[in-house]
Amino acid sequence: MKNYALRPLYVIIGLVIVVLIIREVYVPKDFGVHGESYMYGWHRKGNEEEWKAFKVKYKFDNEYCKDCHSDKYDSIMQSPHAIIKCENCHGPAFDHPTDPTKLTIDRSRGLCIRCHSSLPYPQSSRANIRGIDPDKHNSEIECSVCHNPHKPSLEGMK
Amino acid sequence: MITRRDLIKNTVAGIAGLSLPLVSVKIINAAETLFPDRFEKPSVLWGFVVDTYKCVGCGLCVKACKNENEIPYNIPLSRTWVERYLILKDGRVLIDSPDAGRDGYTNQKVRDTVVSPENIAKAFFVPKLCNQCENPPCVQVCPVGATYKTTDGVILIDRKWCIGCGYCIQSCPYGVRFFHPVYKVAEKCTFCYHRITKGMKTACVEACPFGARQIGNLRDRNDPVAKIVLSERVAVLKDAFGTKPQVYYIGLDENVR
Repeated sequence: MKNYALRPLYVIIGLVIVVLIIREVYVPKDFGVHGESYMYGWHRKGNEEEWKAFKVKYKFDNEYCKDCHSDKYDSIMQSPHAIIKCENCHGPAFDHPTDPTKLTIDRSRGLCIRCHSSLPYPQSSRANIRGIDPDKHNSEIECSVCHNPHKPSLEGMK
Repeated sequence: MITRRDLIKNTVAGIAGLSLPLVSVKIINAAETLFPDRFEKPSVLWGFVVDTYKCVGCGLCVKACKNENEIPYNIPLSRTWVERYLILKDGRVLIDSPDAGRDGYTNQKVRDTVVSPENIAKAFFVPKLCNQCENPPCVQVCPVGATYKTTDGVILIDRKWCIGCGYCIQSCPYGVRFFHPVYKVAEKCTFCYHRITKGMKTACVEACPFGARQIGNLRDRNDPVAKIVLSERVAVLKDAFGTKPQVYYIGLDENVR
């Protein structure tokens, strides 16, 4: 066979070698089948650690808040609002008190009416929460002007 | 002609042969012998329970999830969301989830329809999130190996490896995947993988004041979530798809899809 007839073959072999070299450089060493099956376990192992290292924003640990804010902690713990975690209204703590030094408190009306806007749905426990019609119940002012969220009973009215 | 010696010999050999247990001739799985670590059952399998009776539609879970997982707050995309179902006495079903339920349900209007309370047969809220399927169709369709199932049952997306083709977003029967507007890759609930692997609970579970959401280890029989799944009447979404979700619902209505 003449030499030129084999040229396409050399080109193909060359291309395969180039692709293999690129693959060796480009594909991370930890890429492969990790886990029980080829179908669901084919991935870069290092990515699992990247997700684990994702920054935690919310502590959601009222005991952490208690160390400095024991007065606030004690008052809310005696109210039906004890089931609400501090950070739901005070925002994610991140590394508070170092960073940020101050948290932004959400005093908006929108926060209260998430639960306390009255909805006639007896099949969900929404019906068990005391509610108001936000359009009729002092719609111009913030709830916290009259109500104390840490002592929400009517005796705690300001 | 059969001799007495042959008869005794054959009888003994026959009985010995018949008494060989079938396990002794089991075919050895070469892969299992070579890579035993791939076949070990991990001690953790994350599972989730949603109690739809307890959900009041406050949306604090959605708010916490968006903040915790850096999902742009003012874009109506979310890893988890809360749906409202109104089943009317005339048979109509109204469903809505404005802004994924981020600001809670404060209005009786459903998609501009005002429903008077006496026309409502049932009304309830259903929180939704990634089902972390045992057979995830989203992983199967990924052409580059960017999404995968970890050994503890959570489906994750490799943001560096995802090419943003969107196959997985289309393939999810539950519609939990979306395109992340900042990273330009597919995005979904990770069961707060960074929290659960540190011994914390997911942001949505912690944010819920009513205990409507719970997360736990399904391989631990003493775990409260495993106990609910094993002993209570729970259901999964779109069971017929064969995806085997790991999110179980208490009080699931037939109108919920």
